Amino acid sequence: MSLPPLPESAIEIGAVAKDWRAAVALSGEALARSGSARPGYADEMIRMIEDHGPYVVIAPGLALAHARPGPQVITNGLSIVTLKEPVRFGHAHNDPVRVVLGLAISEAGAHLAAVAAVANIFNDSSAIDQLAAATTAAEIQRIMGVSPE
Amino acid sequence: MKIVTICGAGIGSSGVLKVNAERALRALDLEATVVAADVSTVRTVAADAQIILTSQEFVEAIGKTNADVIVIVNLFDTSELAQKLEDALG
Repeated sequence: MSLPPLPESAIEIGAVAKDWRAAVALSGEALARSGSARPGYADEMIRMIEDHGPYVVIAPGLALAHARPGPQVITNGLSIVTLKEPVRFGHAHNDPVRVVLGLAISEAGAHLAAVAAVANIFNDSSAIDQLAAATTAAEIQRIMGVSPE
Repeated sequence: MKIVTICGAGIGSSGVLKVNAERALRALDLEATVVAADVSTVRTVAADAQIILTSQEFVEAIGKTNADVIVIVNLFDTSELAQKLEDALG
């Protein structure tokens, strides 16, 4: 099972976001920096949450920001933004969010292998704490099981 | 048995739920087909499902169904999934 690419350019540590929209926007900017998505993907990720609520906060402290496959996605990719100050998404149990994992998937049919690889990492319940505490991109890549370029 | 996982996009969180539900089912030694879908297709996809796994946000949109709707709080917690599946099936 292969994790979507997570290059250093898609990682931002200790970011400042005033609210959940800003946090998701940073996650989209990171995907655009790495060439995985176009800048408009961030708006699509924000719209998913506006339409359906804060369900993207899928575990304590972690938001899985994503939208559907479509023209805004260039190629499969991940981004990770850790927040200096946690932000609330309005989730009843899993707020506040310290780590935003951005996900861009180019083909709906192919997403499960990628998602399974993500699940493998986070089934270790300490992974979110480790990511939130990381101080370098290389450390984030090590936690995610990605070898630095 | 058929289990459907529901989220907004049909990728991402419903995919995580599918992968982890399959892990929980293996741990419980139960067999089921698990399908990930987005909430707009729930009527057709879940028409013959016994269980729908989802987040709280989608319960209202799923509406009336013959399936048991189970809300999962931490999608990465396979023990929460296993416990709730066992309660529903037991």
